[in-house]
Amino acid sequence: MSRYVIPLAIFIVLVVFLAIGLGHDPHEVPSPLINKPAPAFQLPQLHDPTRTFSAQEMRGKVWLLNVWASWCFSCREEHPLLIEYARSGAVPIYGLNHKDKREDALSWLSDLGNPYVLSASDTDGRVSIDYGVYGAPETYLIDRDGIIRFKQIGPITPDVWQKTILPLVKDLNK
Amino acid sequence: MKRVVVQLMLLSCLAFTAGAKEAQPDAADPQLEKRVMKLSQELRCLVCQNETLADSRADLAEDLRSKIREQMKAGKSDKEIVAFLTDRYGDFVLYRPPVKPTTYLLWFGPFVLLIAGLALLFHYLKQRSELISERPLSAEERGRAEELLRVEPGKEPA
Repeated sequence: MSRYVIPLAIFIVLVVFLAIGLGHDPHEVPSPLINKPAPAFQLPQLHDPTRTFSAQEMRGKVWLLNVWASWCFSCREEHPLLIEYARSGAVPIYGLNHKDKREDALSWLSDLGNPYVLSASDTDGRVSIDYGVYGAPETYLIDRDGIIRFKQIGPITPDVWQKTILPLVKDLNK
Repeated sequence: MKRVVVQLMLLSCLAFTAGAKEAQPDAADPQLEKRVMKLSQELRCLVCQNETLADSRADLAEDLRSKIREQMKAGKSDKEIVAFLTDRYGDFVLYRPPVKPTTYLLWFGPFVLLIAGLALLFHYLKQRSELISERPLSAEERGRAEELLRVEPGKEPA
């Protein structure tokens, strides 16, 4: 009897590890920027390029920075939810328009609705590189001191919104 | 007819590859280009994770290559450029992960397994040799053995 115990134990451990491995999305690479200051930037605003938007001017506020592009398929999937989240007024959402054509981005927002307080144009993708973006949409939750507290890679799902982002926002606003 | 269709299909394939984006190497400075390629072979493209930055045609890989090129032109060392990338994208961009507490298991795990395997093997061999160690027969056993070995006259040995 006991001779079966050890192989069985090894087998179970292996199965557990494999099961955990299967549950991980290899495309989700943990960001080294969590709990680090959000990289500074100053970019022209999408709707009014004569004005700029910088991460620094958001000091004192808890906010979301959502990286999006009109050519990005998953952004389209995320978009109606973003509108809903913006409407709830829980946290202001700012957009980082990633490597997009201005006309395309503007018509995208006017067609589908604009969840953003404002969007900044990162036409050449430099700011996105500073933020470690490798696939839109990506969303950063930034606290009052300008520290990145959470990063969502891929669309924000209702689950993530309810269980992770909202409680964090509540906590950070205390 | 069929042949024409096939030829057309092949042609359209060609047209597609011709349209695909190529990395634009800096022809003006082959030395620099060589350095860019050498470093980007050590780095992973995050979009298509099984490709190096050197091989990938993803937009991000192209942007990162030009970023590397730009930094090299600015006189940054390879180490500084790698630090720039890991600060933003994490150690995952490195094909050769650094040795640090979180990667100890990765680096030393196989050796630990090897040593554990050898220890088990030696333990087993030792146990086995103990089991089959030689032991003189007792008087009773000897008697039985002789009984069995005795050849009766007129009979072939069994």
